[in-house]
Amino acid sequence: MTYIAKPKFQHPGLPKNELGYTHRDYEGKVSTLCAGCGHDSITASIIEACYELSIEPHRVAKISGIGCSSKTPDYFLGNSHGFNSVHGRMPSVLTGANLANRDLIYLGVSGDGDSASIGFGQFAHSIRRAVNMTYIVENNGVYGLTKGQFSATADRGSKSKKGVMNTDNAIDLVAIALQLGASFVARSFSGDKSQLVPLIAAAVRHKGAAFIDVISPCIAFNNHAGSTKSFDYVREHNDAVNRLDVLTGRDPITVEYAPGTVQVVEQHDGTRLALRKIDADYDANDRLAAMTFLQKHAAKGQVVTGLLYVDPDAEDLHTHLETVETPLNTLEAKDLCPGSAALEKINASLR
Amino acid sequence: MKPTDISAPDYFHKVVDCQWACPAHTPVPEYIRLIAEGRYSDAYMINWKSNVFPGILGRTCDRPCEPACRRGRVEENPVAICRLKRVAADFKDDVKHRMPRPSAKNGKRIALVGGGPASLAVARDLAPLGYHCTVFDSDPKAGGMMRSQIPKFRLPDTVIDEETGYILDLGVEFKGGHRVDSLKKLLNEKYDAIFVGSGAPRGRELDIPGRKEAAANIHIGIEWLASVSFGHVEKIGRRVIVLGGGNTAMDCCRTARRLGGEDVKVIVRSGFEEMKASPWEKEDALHEDIPILNYMVPVAFKHVSGKLIGVTFQKVKAEYDAKGRRNLVPSGEPDQTIPCDDVLVAVGQENAFPWIERDCGIEFDKWNMPQVDPNTFVSTNPKVFFGGDAAFGPKNIIWAVAHGHDAALSIHKMLSGEDINERPLPEVNVFSQKMGIHEWSYDNDISGDKRFKVPHRDKVIALKDIKAEVELGYDVKLALGEAQRCLNCDVQTIFSAPACIECDACVDICPMDCITFTENGEEDNLRQRLKAPAPRHDQALYVAEGLKTGRVMVKDEDVCLHCGLCAERCPTGAWDMQKYLIDMTHAGSTCQSKARSAA
Repeated sequence: MTYIAKPKFQHPGLPKNELGYTHRDYEGKVSTLCAGCGHDSITASIIEACYELSIEPHRVAKISGIGCSSKTPDYFLGNSHGFNSVHGRMPSVLTGANLANRDLIYLGVSGDGDSASIGFGQFAHSIRRAVNMTYIVENNGVYGLTKGQFSATADRGSKSKKGVMNTDNAIDLVAIALQLGASFVARSFSGDKSQLVPLIAAAVRHKGAAFIDVISPCIAFNNHAGSTKSFDYVREHNDAVNRLDVLTGRDPITVEYAPGTVQVVEQHDGTRLALRKIDADYDANDRLAAMTFLQKHAAKGQVVTGLLYVDPDAEDLHTHLETVETPLNTLEAKDLCPGSAALEKINASLR
Repeated sequence: MKPTDISAPDYFHKVVDCQWACPAHTPVPEYIRLIAEGRYSDAYMINWKSNVFPGILGRTCDRPCEPACRRGRVEENPVAICRLKRVAADFKDDVKHRMPRPSAKNGKRIALVGGGPASLAVARDLAPLGYHCTVFDSDPKAGGMMRSQIPKFRLPDTVIDEETGYILDLGVEFKGGHRVDSLKKLLNEKYDAIFVGSGAPRGRELDIPGRKEAAANIHIGIEWLASVSFGHVEKIGRRVIVLGGGNTAMDCCRTARRLGGEDVKVIVRSGFEEMKASPWEKEDALHEDIPILNYMVPVAFKHVSGKLIGVTFQKVKAEYDAKGRRNLVPSGEPDQTIPCDDVLVAVGQENAFPWIERDCGIEFDKWNMPQVDPNTFVSTNPKVFFGGDAAFGPKNIIWAVAHGHDAALSIHKMLSGEDINERPLPEVNVFSQKMGIHEWSYDNDISGDKRFKVPHRDKVIALKDIKAEVELGYDVKLALGEAQRCLNCDVQTIFSAPACIECDACVDICPMDCITFTENGEEDNLRQRLKAPAPRHDQALYVAEGLKTGRVMVKDEDVCLHCGLCAERCPTGAWDMQKYLIDMTHAGSTCQSKARSAA
């Protein structure tokens, strides 16, 4: 970690977004993670995505569990709401918050330990309930805080820093999320911000459960030869199926795409996702095909990245529960209590 | 772009903007750090080596370093470099024992014409090497224009005495009250070399109607300032007009305020912004209730029976032609006559060499200036060198010092039988500042303080006493605060591509968005693709190749805070903070000549 605060000075020519903020206005405290941690790049990508979307920081709630990854909400969006919950319990805290106030943007930040081990059940249920959120797993395959034991996402056959082989099968959170019905599923790499930033922006604009698995090398314990979560390994085995441009309402499509190579997906709020296909056969609207594709490539040792699945017409938990448009936390007693006459009526109907 | 060659001495020198802008290349951040540590004497000696007159320059320098200072591109104001130099001079201990000892004479004799900054700088460099230096000046004491033209309320005599004393104490012979009126005669005295540092001693005339008739109350600025300095003039009329917009005009008007001028005005031809005077000197004049009127061209001195009664001005406005050149054209408003009792003419200075016979081997150009080589400062007579204002017209003290160093080097090389055109490269030292994992031997925590004001003497008291220094200088606390504003631009960011794993940690932490990893390209193209705009082409891009992904690391040097966070956040030590010290070649530096070291 760094002991001095990041200087307040900023580049005099820094561009500003629609709100008049520079990307530096979306920063939090200085990171206390190890130097070079992939999580810091994810932090920077979240900052960049929120800056590009001109999000008002006070409209965001960032919620996390325990672990290196779950410390990171302290390092971005210093003017947003935050909740650092119990280990693995981020999804239920987030679900509760979302039910109480549907108007905020929910960022769930978790790690492979937090989501694939102690919080695996929580992860699963928040996805299958279609909570409107962006669920980011900062996935480094090890328990960094306890000196690098394999986590549940470590690939079978990968080696620890000390040279021990992992004999357990890995949980692929992306495959699980697809199976559980997540309506936006992506995988990316902390070392490729040009891919990651638009994915986060698209996920934030998605209505429904958006899940992003970000491979994030642990410099201290999982960046050696034999690791499948190292910078070198991911760069060599990265199989990106598409690249994404996020076009918010006002922007015209100015980028020239070769015909047939781009698919424009329009989300609920009007955001258009321009998907430049890299793998011509890949269809990001086909859940079943995505699951098969993922399994096939994983078997070949490839790390499939990109926007893997999106359902632009997805619904969320509030739609399923038919809650009112007004956030529940703003409802007054008179809205909630119909009065004794109504109670009498109900009681009478039950007699 | 080609990868940057960081071993070229100039590359990192340019990153230290202040040092690069200083004609004498004073290692500014190095001495500012010493001031912050309270090591004033050490800070003074670093200055003394580079610019010879730290106490004098700390009060009067034209400060080319400050407009260059990186801090001025990051926030409103640059570091008060000049006034920190004065701090070193004010708070140092006795430094006499740290001065070079007069050494055994080598039998070579050097004559120096003029006792100002250029000649004294030459003597400072040559005397310790054993040269017998003789300085001639028409004034009784050494210092030249520093003593005669700069008012005492800006530069007290004690400071001049001390700093010229350090040089004369090196065994330099000073012949005061001795005007050299023939170069031929001097040449006949068989000196081994002659250095002409006689300045630009003549004030420019303003030849408009009434000049002769009202002569008794019209004074040439620099001559009048010298008369004041030597006590020949002690008062001036109540209403004074100063003509001219340079620093001399500012000295004139402020001096007039102290000699009885109650209604003193500065009147300039140009606009206020284009005036040649330094902004801070204009500020000081305005502070002393001296209005500056602009776009007024003097056309006549008004007089009644030999007595000056006023000056008539034509009103003009600025017009710019297609090439952006400014022309002052009459505005059409009626002329204005401003009544006054005295006029001070400060419209420029000129060189004058009536004492150099035109047949002693020195060629003059069509402007009657000697032909002087801009690198070696030799004239067309191989034994005669020029420097300071005498070489290329009026500049300022720090340029005179820089000329002096170079001329001294030429003289030493010539008298050592070497080729004076071969200029040895400076010596460069680059060494890591890393002390621990996140510990550096410099203070990398950037201060957010705004520039501290230098305390001034109360105006009422200052205006009563012409010798009372107006600026009081920083006290220790203010000096520390100001020193902490320095960004340590000499502590360089050094990148090693083979060690880099491209984790982006440096990119993410950099507060100024200086660092980008991207595909290489031509410079103009590359500048478009950086993380933050990089419009300043005078600020280098540091490009390094050899990364695993085939990309390049590009760092825009422009607004880097040198906070070292890139190096702190780097997991592999690919970034390091290394202090760059450059030792400019002065006469007597080791390894003076490649030819000689080979022998």
